[in-house]
Amino acid sequence: MSQLDQSGAVPAAAENAAPAVSLSGERVLRVIVPLVMLAALVGLWAWYVQAYNIPKYILPSPALVAQSLVNDWPILGAALLVTLKITFAALAIALVGGVVLAVLLVQSKWIELAISPYMVILQVTPIVAIAPLILIYAPSTQVALLVCAWIVAFFPVLSNTTQGLKSTDHNLLNLFELYGASPLQTLFLLKLPAALPYFLAGLRIAGGLALIAAVVAEFAAGSAGAGSGLAFRLLESQYRLNIPRLFAALLLLCATGVAIYGATSLISHLMLRRWHESAIRREN
Amino acid sequence: MSSAVSMNAVAPSGKPIVRLEHVSKTFSNGTIALKDMSLTIGEGEFVSLLGPSGCGKSTALRIMAGLGDASTGRVEWPTMPHDASGKPEREIGFVFQEPTLMPWATVYKNVWLPLRLHGVSKAAARERVMSALEMVGLDKFADSYPRELSGGMKMRVSIARALVTRPRVLLMDEPFAALDEITRQKLNDDLLRLWEQFGWTVVFVTHSVFESVYLSSRIVVMAARPGRVIDEMEVDAPHPRGVAFRTSLEYGEFCRRASQSLLSAIGANDHL
Ligand SMILES: Nc1ncnc2c1ncn2[C@@H]1O[C@H](COP(=O)(O)OP(=O)(O)O)[C@@H](O)[C@H]1O
Ligand SMILES: [Mg+2]
Repeated sequence: MSQLDQSGAVPAAAENAAPAVSLSGERVLRVIVPLVMLAALVGLWAWYVQAYNIPKYILPSPALVAQSLVNDWPILGAALLVTLKITFAALAIALVGGVVLAVLLVQSKWIELAISPYMVILQVTPIVAIAPLILIYAPSTQVALLVCAWIVAFFPVLSNTTQGLKSTDHNLLNLFELYGASPLQTLFLLKLPAALPYFLAGLRIAGGLALIAAVVAEFAAGSAGAGSGLAFRLLESQYRLNIPRLFAALLLLCATGVAIYGATSLISHLMLRRWHESAIRREN
Repeated sequence: MSSAVSMNAVAPSGKPIVRLEHVSKTFSNGTIALKDMSLTIGEGEFVSLLGPSGCGKSTALRIMAGLGDASTGRVEWPTMPHDASGKPEREIGFVFQEPTLMPWATVYKNVWLPLRLHGVSKAAARERVMSALEMVGLDKFADSYPRELSGGMKMRVSIARALVTRPRVLLMDEPFAALDEITRQKLNDDLLRLWEQFGWTVVFVTHSVFESVYLSSRIVVMAARPGRVIDEMEVDAPHPRGVAFRTSLEYGEFCRRASQSLLSAIGANDHL
């Protein structure tokens, strides 16, 4: 019966299809341009080191860094693994804890009043300043690092999810009330899905922050031995003036950061692409 | 200017299905949204609540639906079965001004929602969901997401969701106000056709004189500050109505009377 309306949907679908061609062109550019830029920078770097005869303890050539990455892989790889473990463990606990606490906060005014000031205090205090204290109280350095990374990653998840839960469409809340939905039904069928985009934004921030905090805390801890992460290897390379290795460690850290950002962005895109505005490509 | 408004109460046709008795509503910020509103709606009626914005139309509708209580006065659903707690178990469908769909759920899942909340599984709900979607002409769009639909289609989904529980009463709060004229007319026609076919009771909030005359069997005119009923008129034109009615002198005459009534409703507030 709704010929008029339905025909309206067809041009909409066609509209989506048309830009796809130019979009894939744009996508190729999006990959190629940064790659060309990277090649140019590395080339410039290699040329500069060679042309001005820069000693390797000041600025090693890209080739030397690559060589160090390969040769020192047993050490650096192990360190990377340690850092990754701390980062992801902290992130996982932050995600679960952040969501659970956010749900509690919006259920009860009392809990919110009692807890939120302390959440803010935790957030605004620089993690390097609390790290020494945590190192004293924690049973092991690993646990201390985990706690540090968790504190930092936790807050964006909590605050984003809380905001998402609070901004549920009130008409939809009315609708649920009208049909006699239980609080649990309202939570799982309405509030949590509505908060998902906010939560995912929090996840993207938390992923990067967890890595940063894991590294910063390790700097503060300055631990040594078998359980050392990338931060310790960085410091160690600096003491020993092993600058190629320092660069290699830095490179790994950067790559990890980018990978985490990419992965969280991808997860976010995949979860929202069917329905959320942020995941819709628009020409204008 | 203030004109004396003559109040022509019109008796409802059919057995009373919902009765507002001296309902007043004062919000916590002191706004008197409704003052002493009494209204009886009969089974099978199509009643429009017509009035300027802010006159308490939505508030009245929400109180009927049980979304928020009246400050004083009573709402009765005399023919509705009561549930265990003594509350009338209302067979009501509610349509908001916005489509109010869950953007993360497909059309099917949106329409399934009222049944799902009562424990009906996705498969068991299939027949009812699809027949509700068929009624609004969207059965082919069951797997679409709301954002893939036009404004009119979203509104149709919203109506299908209200119909899926097979309610006896449909409460609609300016459902088509945000749509363009052509889509709106189409939806009006479809709604009217469904109403003629199924014989629901419809309470339809609108601020459009033309819409209220075209659709209703009775128009209840409200004025603001405080929100109250100031006039009622019967639109005793036969159904089915269509272009013939919309272009008739009779229609024009009804519109003229409703407009006058609405004007005096607005005139009752000097500042407008
Ligand atoms: N939740 C609320 N809190 C305070 N005032 C409200 C609330 N809802 C509505 N009002 C006020 O009550 C009056 C009637 O509102 P409403 O029923 O929405 O009018 P209408 O639907 O006719 O436009 C308005 O003045 C509005 O500002
Ligand atoms: Mg309103």
